[in-house]
Formats: sequence, C-alpha cells, structure tokens
Amino acid sequence: MKKVIIKSLMVLMVMSFAIAMIAGCSKEEEKIKIGFNIPLTGDIPKVGEASKNAAEMLLADINAQGGLEVGGKKIPLQFFYEDNESKAESAVNVALKLIEQNGVVAIIGPNSSKQAVPAGGTCNDNRTPMVSPWSTNPDTTKNRPWVFRAAFLDPFQGPVAVNFATKQFKATKAAVLFDVSNDYSKGLAEIFKDVFEKKNGGESVVAFESHGTKDQDFSAQLTKIINSKPDFIFVPDNYNQVALIVKQARDLGWTGPFMGSDAWGSAELMKLCGDDCKGQFFSTHYAAAGAKGATKEFIDRYEAKYGETPDDVAALTWDAARLVLQAIQDAGSYNPNVKDERKAIRDALSSIKEFAGITGSMKFDSQGDPIKCAVVVRIDDNGNFVFAESVCP
Amino acid sequence: MDILIQNLLNALQWGSFYALIALGYTLVYGVLLLINFAHGDIFMVGAYIAFFVATFLLGLFDFAPWMVLALTVPLTMILTAGVGVTLERIAYRPLRRKGAHRLYVVITALMCGLILENGNLALLGASRKKFPELLDKVIYTWGNVSVTNLKIIVIFAAIAVFLLLEFIVTRTRIGMAMRGISYDKFAIPLMGIPIDSVIVFTFVLGSGMAGLAGLLFAMSYPVLEPYMGALIGWKAFIAAVVGGIGDIRGAFLGGFLLGFIEVGVVAVFPSTYRDLFAFSILLMILWIKPTGIFGVAKTTKI
Repeated sequence: MKKVIIKSLMVLMVMSFAIAMIAGCSKEEEKIKIGFNIPLTGDIPKVGEASKNAAEMLLADINAQGGLEVGGKKIPLQFFYEDNESKAESAVNVALKLIEQNGVVAIIGPNSSKQAVPAGGTCNDNRTPMVSPWSTNPDTTKNRPWVFRAAFLDPFQGPVAVNFATKQFKATKAAVLFDVSNDYSKGLAEIFKDVFEKKNGGESVVAFESHGTKDQDFSAQLTKIINSKPDFIFVPDNYNQVALIVKQARDLGWTGPFMGSDAWGSAELMKLCGDDCKGQFFSTHYAAAGAKGATKEFIDRYEAKYGETPDDVAALTWDAARLVLQAIQDAGSYNPNVKDERKAIRDALSSIKEFAGITGSMKFDSQGDPIKCAVVVRIDDNGNFVFAESVCP
Repeated sequence: MDILIQNLLNALQWGSFYALIALGYTLVYGVLLLINFAHGDIFMVGAYIAFFVATFLLGLFDFAPWMVLALTVPLTMILTAGVGVTLERIAYRPLRRKGAHRLYVVITALMCGLILENGNLALLGASRKKFPELLDKVIYTWGNVSVTNLKIIVIFAAIAVFLLLEFIVTRTRIGMAMRGISYDKFAIPLMGIPIDSVIVFTFVLGSGMAGLAGLLFAMSYPVLEPYMGALIGWKAFIAAVVGGIGDIRGAFLGGFLLGFIEVGVVAVFPSTYRDLFAFSILLMILWIKPTGIFGVAKTTKI
C-alpha cells in the first residue's frame, strides 16, 4: 500500500514538473529575451548603472506599446541584467549564463574592453549575437562574425586625441599614464604613443608609465612624468582613477593640461574629481551639452527620469539595444527557436549598413565596427562636458 | 637631486600607510599569535566611518572644516576600535574559549574580512564615495620638489603612532601584561592578570590605529570603495612579516621599507615591474632572514 502511495506521489511530482516546464516554455515564447552583461559592482559601477537606466527606459517605451512589432505581430521584450563585477572572468560566466540559462537571443555589453574582449569570444563560440556599447578595443570584434559594437575604435580615437592635443596645447612632447591590466587603457596608450611619435618624431613621448587596476598611489609615476617635462599628460583611464591621478599630479606641482579618453565620460567623474578636473579635455562619443534632435529628446527624458545628465555609456547602450531591436525587425518574423532566431539576428545585424543613432549616424564595416564621428569635450567651470570639436573619419 | 627628494617624500607618505596598518597586524600577532587578516578591511571600515562622521558633522553644524577634522579624528578612532572589538567578541573569543587551533582562527579572520567587504557592498552599494576636503590644501614648493601639508601630517602621524605604541608596550603596566600574554598565555591568568581585558585593549589599539590610517588615507586618496582595504592590507601584512611580525619596530620599518621599494622601483624601472620587483626584493630579505628583520625565532614577541 505504502509503495503505491509513494509511486503515485512520484508520478505526480514528475507530471507537475513537466507541466510547469511546458507552461513555462509556452509563456516565455511570448517574449523577446535580451541579456545585459554589465558592471553593476566592481571598479566602474556607474557604467553599469547608466547602461541599466537607459535599457529600462527603452524597455518601458517598447512594452508600453504592447511590445516590439515583428512581422506584423507585437511581442513584448524581457531584459535580463547580469552583473559582471567589472571582471574579465565574471563577464565570461555572465555571458554563458545569459546564453544557456536565460536563453537570450542577443547580448548587449560588456561595456569595458577588459570584459568585452573575453566575453566576445564566448558569445562568438556560442553563436549568440553580442553588441558592445562602449568597448573601443579592436580585439573585441576582430574575426568574430557574431560580435558587433556601437562605439568607435581606439585606432580612430588615438589619432583624434593626438591631433587635438597637438593643436590645442601646441604640444611636441607628451607623457602617458595608463592601466597596464586593462585592455582598453593599454591598447589606447600604445596607439597614442605610435601616432604621436610618428607625428612629432621618435622619443617625443617622453614618459610612458603604467599602474595596476587597484592602485591608489601614482606619485612615483607622476614624479617621473613631471620631471620629463611634457607639454601635456595623456590619461586613457577609467573615471575613478582619473580622479586620483589628476589630484595627485596637482599635489606634485603639475599645472599643465591633461588629455583624456572616452572612459572619462562618466556622470560620476565630476563628483569624484571636483575642481581639479575642470578645464581638461577628453575625446568621447557625444556631448550632452548643446545636443539637438533625437539626442536632445533622449537627454531630456533621461534627466527627467533619473535626475542626471546621461553619460556616453547610457547613450551608447540605447543605440546598441536599438540596433538589436532593428535587427530583430529586419529579420522579418520572430522565430521561437532560440538558435535560429540568434542566427537571423546576426545576419540582420551584419546587413545593417547605416544606422542613425543618438550618438551620431554610423556605417558598419566588414568587421562589424561602426564608422562614426568622435567629439572632443571640455569640462567647463560648472563641471559640464561642453562640445569643443568634432572629428569625423 | 630634486627627483630623489621628491621620491623620498612620496615613499615616506606611501610607506606611512603601510606602517600604520602593519602596526595593527603586529600588535594582535604579538599578543595572540593570531594573524588578523580582517585588519585590512577594518582599515577600509575606518575610512568609511571617517567619511560618514565627516559628512555628518559638516552637514549638522556650521563648523569650519578644521574643527570637523579635529572631531573626526577621535570619533573615527573610537568607532573603528569598536568594530575591531566587536570582531574579537563575536569571532575570535568564542574560538579561543573553545581552544581552537590557531589555523581556524586565521581562517575565521579571513572570513570576517570578506564579510566586512561584502557587507559594505550590500549596504552602501558599489558606487564610490568622495571624501570631503577637511583641510585647506597648501602646496609647498622648493625648486622641483612639491609637498602638501597633508603629506607632512601623514608622515608625522605615522611616526607619532609608532612612538606611542612603543611607549605603551615597553613602558606601561598594560604593555607588560601584553608581553606577558605573548610569552605564556596559560600562566599569565594565574598571576591575576585579566587576559580578556588585555586582549580587548590590544584590539582597541590596533583597530584605532587602522581607523586613523583609514581617515588619513581617505584624505589623501579621496575615492572610497568597499575593496580598498584588501590589497593594501595584504601588502602591509607582508611588510609586517618582513620587518619581523610581532615586533613594533619591525612593523614600522617594514612598512616604510615596502613604501621605499615600491616607489624606488617605479623611479628606476618601467612602472609595470613594480610589484614583481618589490616583492622579489622582500623575498630575498626573508631568504636571508626568515624571521624578518627584527624578528626572533619563537621567543617573546612584541
């Protein structure tokens, strides 16, 4: 008797599991699942926060209309936000989790090249389209047909910084301080050195110093840099380190200018850096002050919703997500089979030739990299990032 | 010449933080033979406490920043000492009472450190805190050498703390009791010395100094994050070992030695090699003298 009860209980359990699974599947088929591989903790939490804010705004927009219209049918979106802790290995794990557990059709992120380069490999191997909003290192998309991005590349950004600094500071000697354990920072520093030395002759980069990600004291490097008497210091570093580097350089008596890169452009830079960063220049993806059209509309809505000016990461995440949505629509019809849908999205992404984003219009080359303009902004006395110059390829 | 003096000053400031943290490691080790791996995170907690105390005082009254600083120093030290004593009460004392092996207490300390880090992350979020400026920055310049008033304060604070601890341990009755416990934990209570009070006092001293270090660090490097104590804590521990852990002069010297080596390596070699070279040098020191510079093999410590 007992056995019968146990057996029937087991059968019941198995059945309820099966029903739950079928029910779960049939429910989930209704939604387009997109994953976000972003740094919500770790070295650059503000970057993850900005990405998530922009994504939430987009999600609310689309779902308020009943979903994304694909082939005449409206399908609601579902976004998964996973924290990669600003670490390379966690970014890979997050990518695998999104692909295998959540069954997403595409991944937005990671943002920083340090995470985007390894995670791009994972997505490519697992045949899942990935669009990095902010990564500028060429290796992220190189020979990876499944990986795309919304940002310009360091081989483009490097010369922009060199040309602008040469013109603005009348510089013939430069110093560089970069993060040796960050693909982005290291790659950009090397490109900058090459381009600057080609332009101003060998040895014109008078100091080329590095530091580690967790370092807080840069006085030894800065002493060396200041002593080599450069015309300006190029700092392709994340905003949190920039705040320390600029301050310590001032403490050591450096009164000259700095030139930064797009990793400076976080909404948190001025909170951490304060007066020391005012008057400095950096190259970036867009300038919020004085924007027009769709960009202005995005900025106003973001400010109304979150109470701060969206930084470049927020704008690029918006563009990256819209690229994916565009590809889903371009594919014609939504395929409930995740693998087929991923393939369809990849094909559609690779055939997008031109896209009008809020960070400027972009054309895609054969590597999946956009060709778009860069801007140089100046940090004014109120801490706003003001447009100084636009450079187009 | 200018570069040399500038780098000496840089190294003195950076070494001061290592020395201040290493002193906390060495005090607890000297008395309990316990490597308190949570000490680096107590330093981090000290920096956060200083942040909250300072912003609270700045917001509450119409104080001048220097008055806020004068109040923040003792408050931070007292509150951080409270954190250290709490850890001792809830984590180390029960294990000690049960006679657990030293190894388990060390593992417990590691766990406490992780709890402090991740507790902070869960409570306050990952976003960084900017420490308010409590001191009007003055930059003194001679030729190419620049030094801020804060740098001088940091260096003098490290020296003053060292002298104070050296005095307490060698010249006072409670210092004698500390040395006694380190010599024989089992015989000392029989002499009527309250062993628990002495151990609590040790944690008060060590954590209070970590609090001071946290405050000074937050003023010098005003970007706070939950993991800021981990790496500097490990390095200060290594400095304490190289100096001879358990010896106050050793911790002080080891801290400054590490600061000097790190800055020196960057000054001479490409900065990429800093940690590789710095720790190879420390390894060689231990190779020649495994007990550390001031360490004595298995006898009285502190």
